[in-house]
Amino acid sequence: MASNPEGATPYKHPYHLVDPSPWPLFSAFAGGLLVTGIILKAHYGMLWPLLAGFGAVLLCMFMWWRDVLKESRTPGLHTPVVRLGLRYGMILFIASEVMFFVAFFWAYFHFALYPEHVSGAARAIWPPQGIKTFDPFHLPFLNTMILLLSGCTVTWAHHALIEGNRRDLIRGLALTVLLGMLFTGLQVWEYMVAPFPFNGGGVYPSTFFLATGFHGFHVIVGTIFLAVMLFRAMAGHFTAERHFGFEAAAWYWHFVDVVWLFLFVSIYWWGAGEIAPH
Amino acid sequence: MATAAGAHGAHDHHDHKPGFVARWLFSTNHKDIGTLYIIFSLFAAIIGIGLSFLMRLELQQPGMQIFADGQMWNAYVSAHGLIMVFFVIMPALIGGFGNWFVPIMVGAPDMAFPRLNNISFWLLVPAFLLLGGSLFVGGGAGAGWTIYPPLSDAEYQSGPAMDMALFALHLAGASSILGAANFITTIFNMRAPGMTLHKMPLFVWAMLVTAFLLLLAVPVLGGAITMLITDRNFGTAFFDPAGGGDPVLFQHLFWFFGHPEVYIMILPAFGIVSHVISTFSKKPVFGYLGMAYAMVAIGVVGFVVWAHHMYTSGMDVDTRAYFMAATMVIAVPTGVKIFSWIATMWGGSMRFDTPMLFAIGFIFLFTVGGVTGVVLANAGITQILHNTYYVVAHFHYVLSLGAVFGIYCGIYYWIGKMSGRQYPEKLGKIHFWMTFVGVNLTFFPMHFLGNQGMPRRYPDYPDAMWGWNLIASLGSYIAIASFLFFFYVMWVTLRRGEQAAANPWGEGATTLEWQVSSPPPFHTFDELPRIR
Repeated sequence: MASNPEGATPYKHPYHLVDPSPWPLFSAFAGGLLVTGIILKAHYGMLWPLLAGFGAVLLCMFMWWRDVLKESRTPGLHTPVVRLGLRYGMILFIASEVMFFVAFFWAYFHFALYPEHVSGAARAIWPPQGIKTFDPFHLPFLNTMILLLSGCTVTWAHHALIEGNRRDLIRGLALTVLLGMLFTGLQVWEYMVAPFPFNGGGVYPSTFFLATGFHGFHVIVGTIFLAVMLFRAMAGHFTAERHFGFEAAAWYWHFVDVVWLFLFVSIYWWGAGEIAPH
Repeated sequence: MATAAGAHGAHDHHDHKPGFVARWLFSTNHKDIGTLYIIFSLFAAIIGIGLSFLMRLELQQPGMQIFADGQMWNAYVSAHGLIMVFFVIMPALIGGFGNWFVPIMVGAPDMAFPRLNNISFWLLVPAFLLLGGSLFVGGGAGAGWTIYPPLSDAEYQSGPAMDMALFALHLAGASSILGAANFITTIFNMRAPGMTLHKMPLFVWAMLVTAFLLLLAVPVLGGAITMLITDRNFGTAFFDPAGGGDPVLFQHLFWFFGHPEVYIMILPAFGIVSHVISTFSKKPVFGYLGMAYAMVAIGVVGFVVWAHHMYTSGMDVDTRAYFMAATMVIAVPTGVKIFSWIATMWGGSMRFDTPMLFAIGFIFLFTVGGVTGVVLANAGITQILHNTYYVVAHFHYVLSLGAVFGIYCGIYYWIGKMSGRQYPEKLGKIHFWMTFVGVNLTFFPMHFLGNQGMPRRYPDYPDAMWGWNLIASLGSYIAIASFLFFFYVMWVTLRRGEQAAANPWGEGATTLEWQVSSPPPFHTFDELPRIR
């Protein structure tokens, strides 16, 4: 695309020396306000610091990434070696996210594989006595199919992008975003009809809701990520050769997808007990 | 930003620095951010060491002197531990020296993600405010640095102080993860032409392994403290037996992070010591590849030994046998490192400048802490020594003495490079000997106290244990005085220190930072160096 030429790098080396930026400083304190807001809400019922912190974090993210997008479209800054660095960064970030989910799967298997770890249980069984679980081949399986299909549509979009077919790129991305929103909607519905309460429900709901809840949060983040890529695709930011933002979103989406497969197989299916009536 | 190309146009002076706010608050320069980290670490050390001063004052004699009760004591002990680990050692070794010297040593003009670098630093500030503030809210967060439930549950730490400490860990953890991704990308992607992995200086190897440990271990801590926060505030029961939960699960998650964390703190010091020993022996490091892969081995095996911190938590005997054997395996690569340092000095043309004194002190003290570690690796012996002062002595020998000596070693080795002014040699040596005598007097008697059965985390003890406690307290006053003396040495250095040459150490100093001026230009390398 004409607006995105390689251009000559302004330095005698291929690296991008970033200008000073206020967003890291502001983001750090916005994060501090956000977590302080959670504490104030939990202990004193004050809501506004939490909302202010959340808003400040979102604003900082928007401003920061806006700068990154401008730089990526400035000739000579995002050289091939800089783009390789971005790939490293995204892979490493996803690796750290995987380890975050390891903690929640660890908690789940600590109890599911060794039900004798469940304190005070009369019988060492999983799920714990009295817990009715979701029918894995009802809503959860539908959600699995939705996410797998969204993995296909994002790959369709990628192929279209590589072949210079912008119409199918936009179609594929839009469909992926819609499927992501559909998944989130169904997950909200599932939570509303859950046969066990989150608060005070004991160890099964704890592991279930935090593992699937953090996954759901990542689906929302991934959906927003893909939606931004959809806007960028419509604005013509991507070429067949240069579209790392799109790829990063697709990688992230596949990561979220794989986490779901593990959740579905181990918690919903293998860990199913007496099925709650629909 | 969009103007980036223009701002660094052809007429740009090589050493042009931005204005004060842009340079220090909005920084995207690895050396400036490294300097911020070191200043932050020294400031946090004043608080962290101040807390330990109060603790030693209390323990100087039996009875309750200055602490109101056990909760207040526990809050101070916890804050001391968390501050020293997350806000002193890690910022100095990783954020400070790592930022300063990893890009220079691999021949890169900066880190891969300069803005992420800056948020990694600034996240520490709200984190530190939250943790420090927790001391003044209610009874403080008194659950130890290991924050084990049930003591850290809402039932026993009901106020917001515990949540402040937990969220402080979340922010510091985010800082570490972003920093780790930055270091790995810099090392893999930005090495100068000819700088193959097997030619990389050992400090860079150390930072590479450290960064991988951070990247893979810290998120698990993040998950664990998230569960703790929801247990405390939002009605889950992961660790609460009343809801079917299991406190031992937290111990597993914590130590899956916590054990790699101890290598995160010591590996960068390994790297610094390797450079210093080589420089002041005028010999290349003995067994370079063995040294590099010993660190890789320590990093890998460090992930599968965590439960040796939990021998008394009721694990079955087979599990304990495995963790005991796996733990002892770590002594092998560690031995490779100790012997290679000695072999580097062997037959060398040695100079005993202050950095070398700290490096040799490091080897001695780390070996003491290492062999008590082998003792504690035994599941049987630990039934008796668990949670005694023997453990306190052990981990202070590897950290307070090992890692902190690594920090001092790095500061004296590189202060000329970083500030352009060389430290006064005589004052540096006085500082070393004060510190060496002080810390050994403080921590060596703790082995005896542990063998007598004195438990950790109590503000009082039977009269029979008074003697060694008094000596430990007196030693700690010497160590604290030496810390204040260190500030005087730094003041003299920065005010009146001699102008440092590009390479003040002579032919033994071979890494790239000694090829550039002291201090180096703002972006170090205008053109990439070529490594033969």
